[in-house]
Amino acid sequence: MENFDVIIIGGGPAGLSAAISAAQAGMKTVVIERGDYPGTKNVMGGILYTKATDMVVPEFWKEAPLERPIIEQRIAMLSGDESIMAGYRDPAWGTEPYNAHSIFRVKFDRWLAQQAEKAGVMIIPETIVEDLLYKGDDVVGVRTGRAEGDLGAKVVIIAEGVNNFIAVKAGLAKPLRPESVAVTAKEVIALPKEKIEDRFCLEEGQGATIELYGDSTAGMMGVGFIYTNKESISIGVGAILQPFIRNNWTPNDLLENLKSKPYVKRLLQGGEIKEYLSHLIPEGGYTQVPKLHRQGVMVVGDTAMLMNSLNREGSNLAMISGKIAGEVAAQAIKAGDVSDHAMSVYETRLRDSFVLKDLHHYRHMGKFFEEKPHLLKVYPKLFNKAAKMYLTADGTPKKERQKEIIKMAFENRSKGGIIKDIYGAWRALL
Amino acid sequence: MNFVVCLKQVPDTSEVRIDPVTNTLMREGVPSIINPYDAHGLEEAIRLKEKMGGKVTIVSMGPPQAKEALKKAMTYGADRAILLSDRAFGGSDSLATAYILSMALQKIHETEPIDLVFAGKEAIDGDTAQTGPGIAQRLGFPQLTYAIKVRELTDTTVTVERKTESGRQIVQAQLPALLTVEKELNDLRYASLPNMMKAAAYEPEVWDAKTLPFDVKQMGLKGSPTSVSRIFAPPGRSGGEIFDATKDPASIAATVVQKLFQSNIIMVNPLAKGGKR
Repeated sequence: MENFDVIIIGGGPAGLSAAISAAQAGMKTVVIERGDYPGTKNVMGGILYTKATDMVVPEFWKEAPLERPIIEQRIAMLSGDESIMAGYRDPAWGTEPYNAHSIFRVKFDRWLAQQAEKAGVMIIPETIVEDLLYKGDDVVGVRTGRAEGDLGAKVVIIAEGVNNFIAVKAGLAKPLRPESVAVTAKEVIALPKEKIEDRFCLEEGQGATIELYGDSTAGMMGVGFIYTNKESISIGVGAILQPFIRNNWTPNDLLENLKSKPYVKRLLQGGEIKEYLSHLIPEGGYTQVPKLHRQGVMVVGDTAMLMNSLNREGSNLAMISGKIAGEVAAQAIKAGDVSDHAMSVYETRLRDSFVLKDLHHYRHMGKFFEEKPHLLKVYPKLFNKAAKMYLTADGTPKKERQKEIIKMAFENRSKGGIIKDIYGAWRALL
Repeated sequence: MNFVVCLKQVPDTSEVRIDPVTNTLMREGVPSIINPYDAHGLEEAIRLKEKMGGKVTIVSMGPPQAKEALKKAMTYGADRAILLSDRAFGGSDSLATAYILSMALQKIHETEPIDLVFAGKEAIDGDTAQTGPGIAQRLGFPQLTYAIKVRELTDTTVTVERKTESGRQIVQAQLPALLTVEKELNDLRYASLPNMMKAAAYEPEVWDAKTLPFDVKQMGLKGSPTSVSRIFAPPGRSGGEIFDATKDPASIAATVVQKLFQSNIIMVNPLAKGGKR
C-alpha cells in the first residue's frame, strides 16, 4: 500500500485548492477524482470570484481559461410578462484586479488541476473512493474502487462535493434532505460575440450577469440566472428540491418556462444549445454545516455546506476552505499531531474568515424562506403591479394613484403580514 | 517477449459532426480518446505479458496533446510509451504514418528485438485500415489482420483466429509478426490503483523528426499521396413505413408479412419439409 501525507477525495475547486496548498507546504499529496479528469463532473452557474482564486493561484487571470470579466450585475423580478430590473455597472471591474469572471468549470478546473500537478500533486482520475480506512479509531487512508485500491495517508480531506457519501459514512455529516438541497439545470447557448455584446450593452470582452427572481422559479425558493460567456450564454434556474417533489416538476420545466419569458427570449434569440448541465447545490446553511473535522480528517467545500446562495457565492468559499485545510494538514503533519484537536485549527480559521462569518450572518435565511413560501410568489407580483400603476399615465392624479397602490398592496398581503415579512427579512438578511 | 502496441489518439467520433456548409469535420470541443481497436490490442499485449513475462512498449504519432492518450494507455500496465511528435510529421496520410511508425519500431527492434506488434484493425476517425499493414510490410514482419483471438503464442510462432467476411480462419505466423485486431479480441480491464499511480507519474518519451534518420520526402504532406477531395455527411435515413394495428391486427399482420416477403427480408426455407404443425 502506497502512503501519502495527504489524500484529497474529489477534484473540484475545494479539493484542488487543498491539494495545491498542501503540496506547496511540501506534503506528498494525491487527489482522487471520479471524472475523466478534474472538471468533467463539476458544475456551477458559472461565476468565479477573483479574490479567493487569487489566493490559491496568484494572478491566475493571466493564464487561466476565463470567459468574460463581469462589469455589470442586474437583478430582475419577473411576474408574468412583466419585470422590474435594477443593476450595477462599473467598467473598472473589467480590468485588474477584477471582481469576477464567467467561466466553464470543466475548462477551468482542468487548468487548476494542471497547476496542482505543477505543485507536485498526483491526480488519479476515474477512481471512486468507497470508504475511509481505519486503524482502531484512527483514519489512516482511503479505500478506492480499484484493485489493490487502498492508499495510506496521515490526513484525508473530504472534498467529494454535495453528494456527501463518505462524510456520511464517516459519521461527520447527515444525508442530504430535500429541504436543504437545491437542484439546478443550466444550458449553454452559443451566440456570436457581437450579438452578446450588443444585447447586453457591453464593450468587447466585457461580461454581465442577471439574476431573476419570482416567476423564474414559479415562486419556489430559488433563482434563475443568465451569464455571458465569450461566445455563449449560460442560462439556468435552481430551486430547493422539496417543492419540485411536491409539485412533480422537473428543473427542466422551470428552465423552459424561464426561456420563454419575453425579456429572456430576446436575449437568447437565434442561439444554439451546446450543452445541458444539472447539479445539486447544498443549501442547508449555517445550521446544517456538518462536523468539519475529526482525527486525521477535514471536510471542505460543498460537502461542508459552505454555500452563500444569496450572494451567489460557493466556489470561493470552497477554495478558501480547501486552502485552509491544506495548510492545516501540512502544519499538523509537520508537528506530528493529526489529532482531532490539531484538525480543529481548520474550523477555527474558517470561523475567523468570511466563510463561516457569512454563513452565520445568514443563518436564519433558510428557515425564513421555509416558513414564508409566499415571499417569492407574492412580492414580485406586487412590485410589478405597483410599478405598472405608478408608471401608467392615465390621467389619475398621483396622490390618488399612490393611495390605490397602497390599497392594492394590502389586498395582496395584509398589513400585519407585510410587517412580519419585513421584520423577518431584516432578521434573516441584514 | 517484447511487445509493441501502435496506438492512435482520435476524436470521439460519436461526438464529431460535419459542418453542413463547409463539409469539414467540426472537431472543436470534441474529446479525444484512445482508438478503441488499439485499446484492445494493448489489452491483449498486457495479458500476454502477464502470462509470459516481457515488456510492453506503446508507440504513437500525434500532436503533443496525444501524451494524454499515452498516459491513459499506461494505466493498463505498459512499461514504456513513446510519442512521435513533430510539425514535420503533420499532414501525414496512412502511407507516411506507416513509414514514420515503422522507423520508430525499427529503432526499438535494433536494441530490443520485437516479438509481436499489435495495432487496431483501423482508426475510427479515418477507417482506412492501412497503417498497421503498412508498418508490417516495411518491417518485413508477417501480418495477421482482423484478429479476434490469440490462440497460441510460442517463442517462435503466433496462432490467431481472424474474422473474414464468410467466417473465421485460423492462421499462424512466424515471429516477429504484426496483428491488427478487432474489438472481440478481449474485454478491456479496469486498471488497478498501483497502475493508475504509475501512469499518473509517467512522462511519455517524445521523439521528433531529428531523433531518427527520417527521409523527409516520405513524411508529412510531402510523403502523403492521399488527397481528400470532399467530406460529406450521408443523408439521414427516412423513416420506415408505419402500420396501424389498433383496428384490425390480423389483416395488418398479413400485410406486413407479405411486404417482408416482397422485399426479400424473409423467405421460405427451401430445405424445410412441409407438414402439419
